[in-house]
Amino acid sequence: MEAASIEALLERAEKGNLRALGRLLTLIEHPTPHAIQILERLAKRAGRAQVIGFTGIPGAGKSTLASRVIGALRRRGYRVAVVAIDPSSPFSGGSIMGDRLRMQEHASDPGVFIRSIPTRGVKGGLSTAALAMIEVFDAMGYDKIIVETVGVGQSEVDIINAAHTIIVVTMPGAGDDVQALKAGVMEIGDIYVVNKSDKAEANKTAAYLQFALEREDIGRRESGWKPRLVKTSAVLGMGIDSLVDVIEEHWNFLRESGWSGRKVEARRILMAKMMAESMLSAKVMEAHMESLGYLEEVARTGEGIFRAAEELARRAARKMLE
Amino acid sequence: MSSLQSTEAVGGAVRRFKVLVAKMGLDGHDRGAKVVARALRDAGFEVIYTGLRQTPEQVALAAVQEDVDVIGVSILNGAHIHLMKRLMTKLKDLGADDIPVVLGGTIPVPDLEPLYRLGIREIFLPGTSLAEIIEKVRKLAEEKRSREEAVTGVGGC
Ligand code: B12
Ligand SMILES: Nc1nc2c(ncn2[C@@H]2O[C@H](COP(=O)(O)OP(=O)(O)O)[C@@H](O)[C@H]2O)c(=O)[nH]1
Ligand SMILES: [Mg+2]
Repeated sequence: MEAASIEALLERAEKGNLRALGRLLTLIEHPTPHAIQILERLAKRAGRAQVIGFTGIPGAGKSTLASRVIGALRRRGYRVAVVAIDPSSPFSGGSIMGDRLRMQEHASDPGVFIRSIPTRGVKGGLSTAALAMIEVFDAMGYDKIIVETVGVGQSEVDIINAAHTIIVVTMPGAGDDVQALKAGVMEIGDIYVVNKSDKAEANKTAAYLQFALEREDIGRRESGWKPRLVKTSAVLGMGIDSLVDVIEEHWNFLRESGWSGRKVEARRILMAKMMAESMLSAKVMEAHMESLGYLEEVARTGEGIFRAAEELARRAARKMLE
Repeated sequence: MSSLQSTEAVGGAVRRFKVLVAKMGLDGHDRGAKVVARALRDAGFEVIYTGLRQTPEQVALAAVQEDVDVIGVSILNGAHIHLMKRLMTKLKDLGADDIPVVLGGTIPVPDLEPLYRLGIREIFLPGTSLAEIIEKVRKLAEEKRSREEAVTGVGGC
C-alpha cells in the first residue's frame, strides 16, 4: 500500500470512521512493513487504556460474562474494544469464531468495537496480532480493552501477561477443587470469578478458591494487589456491577502505584520480541522453501540434517539483513 | 489455488479468507446457516456467525468491525427483499459496499431479479451443493482481495 493511502486510512480511523479502523486492524495483523509503519505512528498515542484479560477453560462463560461487562462499562461512560481469540480447527486451519455471537448485542453500539482472531498455526502469530490490536485500540482512544483467550497454551499465557487486569473465570463443578484449575492460574489472576453462580455448587467452589487465595504465596501479586473473588451469573446478570467495581478498583490501584505504566512497557517489550520472532520465522520459511531439494536429499540418509538446520538459520539471517 | 483456499502468504503466515454468516429478523431457521458455516470452516475459511435475530445494522457493523471478505446471509421466512434492502443501504452508509454479499434460503424465483439489482452477488436456493457454495464464495473473496491489491499495491496489506 502507498504510504499516502495508509496516511489517509489512519486519518479516517482517527476521525472515528469504523470502516477505516476495521481495515487498519487487518493491515497490522501480520508483521509486514506496512504494519510497522502504522504501529509506529500509533504507539506514541497509546498507553492510556486499561487492558482487561478474561481467561479460563472453554465453556466457563467468558464471552457471556464479557458481554455483560461491556454493557456495565458502557453505562459508566467508557468506550470499549474487544479482542476475542477463538480456537482454529487443527484439521482445515479454518474456524468458526463463536465469541462474537455472545457479544453481538453490542454490535450496533458505536462505542463498542469487537474483533475476532483465530488461533492460527503460526508460532507467535496469534500473540503478535492480538498485542498489535491492543496498541491500535488504545491509540484510537478506547478506554477499556477486553481480551478474551481460550486459556490454554503458552501464547495465551503471554497475552494474558500483557493485560493490566487479569480475570480468571471459573464455574461450579469444573473447579470444585482448586487443583482442577490449570497449574499456574492461581498465581496470575487479579480477580477470580465464579461464574454460573445460579448453579447449586457455586458456594463450594467459591469457598475453595477463597481458601486458596488466603495462602500467603498466592494471595498477593508483585504489585502488592491482593486478588479478589467475585461470584457472578452472566445469564441472569447477577454480580456484574460488583465485578466492574473491582475492575475499577484494580485500575485505580495500578495507576496510583505507577504499575499501570510499567505494564504498558512490559506489553510493548513482549510485542517487540514476538514481532521479531515472527519476522525471523518468516525468513526461515523462505529459506526452507528455497532449500527443499537439498533438504530432501539430506533427509533421505539423515546425514547432515543438523548441519542443514544451521545452514537454514544462516540463510534466514542473511535474508533478514538484505 | 489449493483446496486450502487461503490466500497470499504474509510474513510467513497465511491470510485466510474471512466470511460473516448472518441471520436477520425473526427467522429462526438456522440449520442452513450452520451447515454452510461448518462447510466453509472445513474448507479453511475463517467464519464468524452472528447468531439469530440480528438487525441489518448489526450485521453490517459486524462485517465492518471484522473486515470480512464476504457477507453471507441466510433467510427462510420470506422477508428477504425488505431485510436485504436495509442491509445494502447500511453497508453503503458505512463505506463497506465493496464487500460482496451473497444470500441463501427459500427465495421465490420472481424475487431473484430484484435482489440481484440490489447488488447481491450470488443467491443459493435450497438444494445447492456445498461444493458450489464454497467455490463461488471463494471466487468472490479472491476477487475482492485482488481488487484491494490493484488499488493499494499489496493484497489487502
Ligand atoms: C426444517 C424446517 C423448519 C425447522 C427449522 C429447524 C432449524 N433450527 O433450522 C422448524 C420445524 C423449527 C421450522 C419452523 C418453521 N417453519 Co420451517 N422449514 C423447515 C424446512 C422443512 C427445511 C429447512 C432446512 O433446514 N433445510 C436444510 C438446509 C440445509 O437448507 P437451507 O436452509 O435451504 O440452506 C441451503 C440453501 O438455501 C443455501 N443457504 C441457506 N442459507 C445460506 C447462507 C449462506 C451464507 C449461503 C452461502 C447459502 C445458504 O445453502 C444451503 C445448502 O444448499 C423448510 C422447507 C424447505 N424446503 O426449505 C421449511 C420452511 C422454511 N419453513 C416454513 C415455515 C412457514 C415455518 C414456520 C413459520 C412454521 C409455523 N407455522 O410454525 C416456523 C417458523 C420458525 C421460525 N421461528 O422462524 C416455510 C417458510 C415459508 C416462507 N418462506 O415464507 C418453509 C419454506 C416451508 C414451506 N414450504 O412452507 N421449520
Ligand atoms: N447457567 C449459566 N450458564 C452460563 C452462564 N454464563 C454462561 N453460561 C453458558 O455457558 C455456555 C458457554 O458460555 P460462553 O460464554 O461461550 O463460554 P466461554 O467458552 O468461556 O466463552 C453458554 O451456553 C452460556 O449460555 C451463567 O452464568 N450461568
Ligand atoms: Mg468464548
